Amino acid sequence: MSPPDLGFFIICALAIIGLAYEAFTQPTAFVQVSIFGLADGAMYALVALGYTMVYGIIELINFAHGDVFTMGAYIGTAILGFFSFNENSFTAINLVALLVVFPVVMLVMGAINIGIERIAYRPLRNAPRLAPLITAIGMSFVLEGVMFLWHGPATVHVPDLLPHGPGFQTTIGGVFIGFKDVFVVVTAAILVTLLAIFINRTRLGKAMRATAQDRDAAQLMGIDINRTIAATFFIGALLAGAGGMIWGLYYNNIFYNLGFRTGLVAFTAAVFGGIGNIPGAAIGGVLIGLIAAYSDSYIGSKWTEVVIFGILIGVLVFRPTGLLGMRVPEK
Amino acid sequence: MAILELESVDAFYGRIQALRGVSIKVDKGEIVALIGSNGAGKTTTLRTISGLMHPHSGTIRFDNHDITRTGPSTIVEMGVCQSPEGRRLFPRMTVVDNLFMGAYTRNDKPGIAADMDRVFTLFPRLKERRTQIAGTLSGGEQQMLAMGRALMARPKLLMLDEPSLGLAPILIETIFSIVREINAQGTPVLLVEQNAYKALEVSHRGYVLETGSIVQTGSGKELLASEDVQKAYLGM
Repeated sequence: MSPPDLGFFIICALAIIGLAYEAFTQPTAFVQVSIFGLADGAMYALVALGYTMVYGIIELINFAHGDVFTMGAYIGTAILGFFSFNENSFTAINLVALLVVFPVVMLVMGAINIGIERIAYRPLRNAPRLAPLITAIGMSFVLEGVMFLWHGPATVHVPDLLPHGPGFQTTIGGVFIGFKDVFVVVTAAILVTLLAIFINRTRLGKAMRATAQDRDAAQLMGIDINRTIAATFFIGALLAGAGGMIWGLYYNNIFYNLGFRTGLVAFTAAVFGGIGNIPGAAIGGVLIGLIAAYSDSYIGSKWTEVVIFGILIGVLVFRPTGLLGMRVPEK
Repeated sequence: MAILELESVDAFYGRIQALRGVSIKVDKGEIVALIGSNGAGKTTTLRTISGLMHPHSGTIRFDNHDITRTGPSTIVEMGVCQSPEGRRLFPRMTVVDNLFMGAYTRNDKPGIAADMDRVFTLFPRLKERRTQIAGTLSGGEQQMLAMGRALMARPKLLMLDEPSLGLAPILIETIFSIVREINAQGTPVLLVEQNAYKALEVSHRGYVLETGSIVQTGSGKELLASEDVQKAYLGM
């Protein structure tokens, strides 16, 4: 093991020992922090999946993806404006609003992301790798600009529609659990499960995997790769849109460049799990959420970004294939 | 009756001309070999037929349709199927899923199941390994899977690019006898090979490709007997 490898290893080991110490001496606080981390991680996972799927199929880091996430929350908030819901208690109208807003936001974001791919990436399909990367950054600015023009630089309030308050929370052994935390984790788990079924069982899902593994061979099977790539962007945006809406309902505050940081964190999660690897992105998202929560409480929240992007650099330098990586040779 | 006909096809990679006025045809029921050394344009010819690249000039006709500018997925749907050089399996999918991808353009479930059985009869080894990940198969098994996957499209024309590449001699025998068997069941085959002797032996006709041009053509036997071919490709 070379000195830098060893240094990285020692830092990781110390972090794990420190965490174990906290978990042992103050288990209640540790579990509480873990629950918050799990909720954040579930949302990061939803965004990370879109990064990893798009990277898997066209080897593009879609920097606009974080803004697709934010725009999902913006559009969802606009749709909620049509309902006369009640923020103070959970009514039937709230339920209807939730049941309507999720599918609509997801489909709208899916359509927008197909448009983004069509305008900014498809014309550059055979261009050098750097070109679509730059248009992706451009698209990110365009989306942020649209949201800036729409609501300005201030934070936008997302209605507190989810059941909350004394009737919808509980304390188990000193650990606070709100309905919102459960909602976030369960919804994300359902979406990830549906994605896994889609990718592994359906014809289009298999076509997506085939295209990701060998584009020319996929074409020789009769797969229309433009359609398959468009479908990948569509599905990535379904998840990101849902993620944005969940984020909005969880934190009740969004702002036009929320996706910049969230996107980078989710991208880190995707790299952590192994970029291009779908289960890896889900696991990476949850882990990054947990690490961020531990860093917030045990190191200090001003250090959290250092920790997260330190992980990004560490993974890229020491284990570029990520946690799961690609375990089977390409050829 | 020609099922595939290329007429003076020119093709370029950027500014480099890869094919110069290539004219070949495959008749129904035939095995046609395309032989030539490395870089002669054999794979380019197949890529052009499959629509992965388009000719600069000239025409390609398949089954009485002009497919010169047709996209690859449509060409596959019309019945031209290629097992590409280097096998190009989907390495992280199982054997069965790879075969299913071969049948991607088809909707008839019973027909697909029947063809899967047919592939497993031709290649019993694949049946034993049906749930294995393709990237972990041996070279010979991968080649069998690549051919089986191409057959799953129930092609009207099967194009094989270097099916014997990197295989042990005994496996090469098996692969070529299976090519014959596939052809005997009624599928015309366009066979690209560096192993010129084997290829000409099983083929009805053959073409010799040199730096992008067809320099010689004839029946398999004639080419095997030709002095030029013997010198250049058979090492005699």
